[in-house]
Amino acid sequence: MQKKFYTLKKALFCAFPYTLPIFAGFWFLGLTYGIYMNVSGFSFWYPMIMSLTIFAGSAEFIAVNMLLGAFNPIQAFVMTLMINARHLFYGISMLDKFRGVGLKKLYLIYGMCDESFSINYTADIPDDVDRGWFMFFVTLLNHFYWFFGATLGGIFGSFIHFNTEGLDFVMTAMFVVIFMEQWLKEKRHTNALVGLGVSLICLIIFGSENFIIPSMLAILGVLTLLRKPLTKGEEIL
Amino acid sequence: MSLSQQIITIAMVVLATMATRFLPFVLFPSGKPTPKYIQYLGKVLPCAVFGLLVIYCLKDVTIFSGSHGLPELISIFVVVILHLWKRQMLLSIAGGTICYMLLVQFVF
Repeated sequence: MQKKFYTLKKALFCAFPYTLPIFAGFWFLGLTYGIYMNVSGFSFWYPMIMSLTIFAGSAEFIAVNMLLGAFNPIQAFVMTLMINARHLFYGISMLDKFRGVGLKKLYLIYGMCDESFSINYTADIPDDVDRGWFMFFVTLLNHFYWFFGATLGGIFGSFIHFNTEGLDFVMTAMFVVIFMEQWLKEKRHTNALVGLGVSLICLIIFGSENFIIPSMLAILGVLTLLRKPLTKGEEIL
Repeated sequence: MSLSQQIITIAMVVLATMATRFLPFVLFPSGKPTPKYIQYLGKVLPCAVFGLLVIYCLKDVTIFSGSHGLPELISIFVVVILHLWKRQMLLSIAGGTICYMLLVQFVF
């Protein structure tokens, strides 16, 4: 019992600093989302329950429009699939890392948003910290920040006025840093450049609303074509 | 929309989100060996995805109007420099964000 408590505490303390940028980003974005729901005429129960159950930022923003429009469950389903299709890539990348962590795996998959995935994939977890619990706490803390911000925004909505313009850049800065960390870690940069270049080209061609799916397909295509040169000299692949 | 219609709509969004997160784990359970091609993708996709995420964050930047993406460009430069210099994740993120906030609030 004592030992288990110690393991949990250690994992929590190790995970917390990694989630600090998310704390800054999520309470702000969550707050924005809660305020948006509030001014759209929904009581705070909506952002509260939706932030807890959906836990996928962009889908939740879109869901506000769905709730305001005509009832169309199929469209809601298909649209969400498209917005969140990138999670498929996260899952494929985490197949190995989530192995052997027990029942926590279900929650790790459930809460695998962009930020939790990025941290859990890249973090150098010390050997004496339990990997499963570390990832669990990263996910849980992120989930909580988002829930907290959204609920607060839903409750206080239009009362909040202070100059936070530009704070949302914290998410961009975090992804740039994560991209760099991964870049510095790997010897080959082909795939990183493919991701960056292909997405940029697709953004220019398809526009900001529709570029995710074409980008994913193009990345998949290019990486499949590059399989031979990229795996040269590596036995496992 | 009635309350039950709202509940169904939200449930659909939850269901679709869960589908995108759980599908790979359902298709490739840990008990069975994962196909080589999927293992390969698992290795090369993350880097590419982080690139996609960076672009995704910048998708609404307007190059030809407004501030021409200058605050973003400068702040990302600050993040990169700080990170190459100190390699302290929180410092790089905080530095870049503060730089961006100052730029959009006082300069542009």
